Amino acid sequence: MTQADRTPGDVTVLVPTGMLGAGLQHEHIRYGIAAGAHVIAADSGSTDSGPSYLARGVSKMNRESIKRDLEILMDEAFKAKIPILIGTCGTSGTDSGVDWTRDIAIEVARNLGITPKIACLYSEQTPSDLVSKNRQGKITPLPPMGPVTDEVLESCEHIVALMGPEPYIAALQAGADIVLGGRTTDTAVLAAVPLLMGAGAGPAWHAAKIAECGGQCTVNPRTGGVLMRVGKDVFEIEPLDLDNQCSPESVSAHMLYESSDPYRLTEPGGVLDVTGADYQRLNPRVTRVTGSRWEPMPYKMKLEGARAGNFQTIMIIGIEDPEVLAHLNEFHDTLQRVLTDRIRTTFGDEAPFFDLSLRFYGWNGTSGRPVPANTPPPRDVGVMLVITAPTQDLADRMAKACNPYFFHMPLRPGIELPSYAFPFTPAEIPRGQVYEFLLNHVVHTKDGLELVRTQWTDLSNASRKVLENV
Amino acid sequence: MSKVREVCRHIRSKNAGPFWVTIDLFFRNEEVYRRYRDTPALGPEVIERLYGTDPGLVKRLPVDALRMVKISFPRAKPQGWMGERDMHAGQHYARLLDVEIG
Repeated sequence: MTQADRTPGDVTVLVPTGMLGAGLQHEHIRYGIAAGAHVIAADSGSTDSGPSYLARGVSKMNRESIKRDLEILMDEAFKAKIPILIGTCGTSGTDSGVDWTRDIAIEVARNLGITPKIACLYSEQTPSDLVSKNRQGKITPLPPMGPVTDEVLESCEHIVALMGPEPYIAALQAGADIVLGGRTTDTAVLAAVPLLMGAGAGPAWHAAKIAECGGQCTVNPRTGGVLMRVGKDVFEIEPLDLDNQCSPESVSAHMLYESSDPYRLTEPGGVLDVTGADYQRLNPRVTRVTGSRWEPMPYKMKLEGARAGNFQTIMIIGIEDPEVLAHLNEFHDTLQRVLTDRIRTTFGDEAPFFDLSLRFYGWNGTSGRPVPANTPPPRDVGVMLVITAPTQDLADRMAKACNPYFFHMPLRPGIELPSYAFPFTPAEIPRGQVYEFLLNHVVHTKDGLELVRTQWTDLSNASRKVLENV
Repeated sequence: MSKVREVCRHIRSKNAGPFWVTIDLFFRNEEVYRRYRDTPALGPEVIERLYGTDPGLVKRLPVDALRMVKISFPRAKPQGWMGERDMHAGQHYARLLDVEIG
């Protein structure tokens, strides 16, 4: 698309990636900036990889990969004099994830010799504040959960509230060059600047939903991010890579991705409705969308909370014995019984709780569901034993107690003791803690700022000493 | 009697947040899409049987323009629980493939 094709007043957002730290190409960023980007906005988080990152408050991405991506973005944004917004810093968006990302950004700024004004947005909540909100009836469940109890709130290691665009807009209005947010909806961080600059709310939120995973809405999802151009009642979506395309199919299909409803998306201050959306190919690389609607609603922030629980130890064997393979269901049930009895008799009252799970990979390990009758035996199965117990020490000792039976249990009594193939020594593998998501609730607030705290790091005012201490 | 795998060109499953799974069934063509879009063979009871979910919470949303049906339902246990076998629910679609769809 050429400059002349553009509608005056459109707001252009450069979405460099679906996940900060996944890797960027410098020329894609230069292309987006040359195309008139008003802001660079990206998400840095997800609950996809499970509850451990929130429960521990640590990032899934390593420091070097975040630093490498930030270096490219900060260098180009500084030269172009446009801001950078990063949502859900540190994978889960805890306060520690924001601080971790801020420290990397300060180091990058020092290396580049630039002095941005950085706003950090914190949305982690204390259990006691939420207990009090809950007593006022301001926390309500989402299906399939019921009402939350004080005990559940207090048992979470970390609880974060998902921010909307309002704190980003406020930080930009106060002069931020870089905004690093805690937990934020994937869409809000991308919609913030279009909303601030007067684009239509329907197109702004819809474009943000389409662009939230970067290249996922393109024909070749692995080649870089996208550019979203948002007007009053239309938006366009274009890949950053010249050889890639955003087709009406690839764009509309993204509404299906990881969402339980392809037409309506609930956000903190309203609902995006795309039932009437129309997707048209503007040119071979760009799709134009109209008909997106935004319905404002009373403000609600979704809560995410996770806790650390029991510990697990695993052991693995391989089996090629044809007799065992021909009777896998019988073998599974006997092994389950024998190992459970072994733990009960060995540990007795010392282990008020334990769980023992056998997963037969090559048979039904992936689903754990019954195998249809008359299924032919496989050539080989891998059996993973997972023991869950209140401490790592107990889980390890239980695995050791199971060891002779797990590795040498015959299919039936009276057969010479077999040895199944175990690949490691020591055979038991301490796996660490089990983490759980506990909350699927919303907290009702007066607006998008009530539960958010903003802190500033202005490097242009920072003394040399502070910089050296970073 | 056709199976799901015979009338769909693509089927996928994915977590939709920690508490929900969503399955996308893309039908081969307009004709089979129209024929099976509302079939009871993909009703809540089938989803309950295959995934142990509450049938009252199963959502089924057809998207005519893409000739696809989205079926979303709560996980029997939240993502990452101690008995987790499929963190992204990325293989959950497989047990639908041989369902007889009429």
